[in-house]
Amino acid sequence: MPFFRKKVYACGGYYTISLGTGRKEFHPKKPRPGIEHYIKEAIQGSIDQVQSPEHIDEGVIGNFIASRFCHQGNLGGFFPMAHKTFQYKPCMRVEGACDSGGLALVASVKTILADIAECVLCVGVEVQNSVKAIYGADYLAAAGWYAGERKNGHAYFFPDKFSQRAGACFEKFGFDPFRSGMAQWYTNAIENARKNPKAQEYHNRNTSLYETGLSAPNPKAFCEHINVFDCSKVSDGGAALIFASEEGLKNIGVDKKDAVEVVSYAQVQDNITTAPPDLTKLTTCQIAAQRAYERAGITPQDLSVLDVHDCFTVAGLLAIEAAGLVEYGEVAAFVKEGNTKRDGTIPTNTSGGLIGYGHPTGATGVRQAVDVVHQLSNKAADYQVAIHTDRPYGMISSMGGDDKTVVAMIFRKSD
Amino acid sequence: MTLDERLENVAVIGAAGKMGSGIAVMIAQEMAKLKLQPENSDKIYRLYLIDINEKALDGLRSYMKAQLTKVAEKSTVLLRSLYTAREDLVENRQVIDAFVDDSGSVLNFSPDMSVARNAHMVFEAILEDEKIKIKLYKKLKKICPDHTYFLTNTSSIPISFLDEHAGLDGRIIGYHFYNPPVVQRLVEVISPKAMNDELKQLGSQLGERLRKKLVPSNDISGFIGNGHFMRDGLYALSELERLQRTYRQVGALYVMNTVSQNFLLRPMGIFQLIDYVGIDIFQCILKVMRTHLGDARLRSKTIDRMVKLGVLGGQYSDGSQKNGFLQYEKSRPVGIFNIRKKEYFTINDRWKKKMDGIIGPLPDGLVSWKGLLMDPGRKDRLHTHFTALKAIDSLGAQLAVSFLQKTKAIGEELVKSGVARSADDVNAVLTNGFYWLYGPINEYV
Repeated sequence: MPFFRKKVYACGGYYTISLGTGRKEFHPKKPRPGIEHYIKEAIQGSIDQVQSPEHIDEGVIGNFIASRFCHQGNLGGFFPMAHKTFQYKPCMRVEGACDSGGLALVASVKTILADIAECVLCVGVEVQNSVKAIYGADYLAAAGWYAGERKNGHAYFFPDKFSQRAGACFEKFGFDPFRSGMAQWYTNAIENARKNPKAQEYHNRNTSLYETGLSAPNPKAFCEHINVFDCSKVSDGGAALIFASEEGLKNIGVDKKDAVEVVSYAQVQDNITTAPPDLTKLTTCQIAAQRAYERAGITPQDLSVLDVHDCFTVAGLLAIEAAGLVEYGEVAAFVKEGNTKRDGTIPTNTSGGLIGYGHPTGATGVRQAVDVVHQLSNKAADYQVAIHTDRPYGMISSMGGDDKTVVAMIFRKSD
Repeated sequence: MTLDERLENVAVIGAAGKMGSGIAVMIAQEMAKLKLQPENSDKIYRLYLIDINEKALDGLRSYMKAQLTKVAEKSTVLLRSLYTAREDLVENRQVIDAFVDDSGSVLNFSPDMSVARNAHMVFEAILEDEKIKIKLYKKLKKICPDHTYFLTNTSSIPISFLDEHAGLDGRIIGYHFYNPPVVQRLVEVISPKAMNDELKQLGSQLGERLRKKLVPSNDISGFIGNGHFMRDGLYALSELERLQRTYRQVGALYVMNTVSQNFLLRPMGIFQLIDYVGIDIFQCILKVMRTHLGDARLRSKTIDRMVKLGVLGGQYSDGSQKNGFLQYEKSRPVGIFNIRKKEYFTINDRWKKKMDGIIGPLPDGLVSWKGLLMDPGRKDRLHTHFTALKAIDSLGAQLAVSFLQKTKAIGEELVKSGVARSADDVNAVLTNGFYWLYGPINEYV
């Protein structure tokens, strides 16, 4: 029996610009749009692509921690503000740290599979520039175990977690080879972002990206093994994607050829109070990807495009390995050789990823899905890559915490 | 007494001023870091911030809090380790707030100088007026113990002169921070004749602790920094007076300011720099130097006239630029003061284009101060720039080359007359204190 008992489609993908340092319009001291703006723009951008929005049954919004960044809870309440179709309909917010967006995708698909709704609008949002990064680091640290880890943790709690992973990889695989893979990841991210006008690094004009990627870390002010270029950005942004059954697609007036099929997903949870079993592996991501492949009945070689959660360059590299595209220990060379570039064997994070596009945490999982859907439906404009007819699949892998909460979702190009 | 011991009780006089408040921020954070060491838990740390301007003292309270918060935000990695034992401090915000509280608790604000009576070190950053300074030091000598050291931020008055007139027996050192002290790395250190070795050592240790670059200067009025800057400014003023016959005063000022910034690749034009320092301060320093050096040439009619008209430059308390020779909007020049008409001429595109045409083009391969600041190949690019400049026959290029020659001559004279011990020291002051890309004593001319 297939994992999905009926067909589910994704369409109407949209996301806002990722606002923050790097964007020309960003100034830390000038007023910026609030979280309402991003929710509204994302929902509107999605709804504009359907003919009959009144047939959208529910709204799900992923958000990590607006309660601290924006002093705002109860985000479901912004659906009816953004569009009247949601008035008195079921709307809710889901949370799973940086994978809140991924969980929103899963919640939307589940609702359709459960025959509760035929069409669900899935949104993700985060606004993080409301405080300086040093305070934002406090809020984001909630993705780890507060009572057990925060007191002895680093000022930049999560960057340090992945700095430790980078350190472990340097030790295991050699500093130069692994460090060069990380710098190549950064280079690819910015090069891709330059093709995406909504990316936070779209305006980046640095002519020596690889050298920048190799910059020495500054442990006094930041982390021991990674530099600031190894990190995703502090971002404000929102994303939206519509999920529908076949009937749901008809109801809202979207042609099946404008939609992409969702063929499987896996949501995997690890214990937040325990340390990762191996710092050189994303174990939970690996389990999620394997399950998603099994449920879809495909192998990693069937993918034409991939979008992984590169909150840090080291996370990007390890996620490629976790996705089963390369043997353990070989990912740095794989990336250095250009396999994940847009013209490589498996184009990855084609719109810039978390490092190039930006990482509005709660929006990220949804943004990843929007990009894969755009690629599979030939709507990725300047950053479109080739989708091979013999491998019509694309996958996202989205992560919350230090490999704790993971969603993998596989999409298939429509025939 | 060690530096750590001296840091238990310190006074800053003139604490509400631009220099004093910056020094206060640096000392407060060093004190707080000492206070947080477990072995110092029973010690009492006190930083007395003294200023006769009570209203400014109020402003200083909020300034100190804001600055100490910034410091804490930038050193949270370290602070978390210093507060490891405090179980109640978990988040960065809590650690930062605790540091601001702990460093704030060492501060005592007072308009009354007598609170400095137990200070082991006194920083003085009051008005650049020798009579007032001597009076102050005489009082301090009476109330402070014999071991107290005095660090004066004077930028022009010979330290031996203050020492002798106040009878400090060599307990004073010239410790000249640059504006803004928290940011600028340079400290010019001036040792008077009679200074003792312990104070000299203290000066070095303190510089290291504050992560400053110390450059020694001999005890001759103006030292290296103002010794160069005043003469550089006077040269620009004399060129202004010469050029205004042809281009009128407003035009000539634009020419010299533009040439000094864009052709000489300095962070700001020479008249903008004079405004930044303050035209009245410029006049005051000239007067001190003129008196002590007996050099009547250290004077400018234009400066005297500007001060008389009350057009003084300097900065507002928020750091933004006040109008002086130039008029500023958001600290960018938008107008030029017409001295005869006593009003600002607004720079418009047409006029600017005309004047830029008169100045002539910059060499090809356009470079700017900002662009070269981080450029590892800066030296070669400067060489190319100045070589090209010398080959151009235009007003701007000629003025720039003459300026470069004059600047070099001023630097060389500072070495020759014994103000600076070496050309390297002169260059170190100009590159670290004035953010020049190259020292005045160079091979470009």
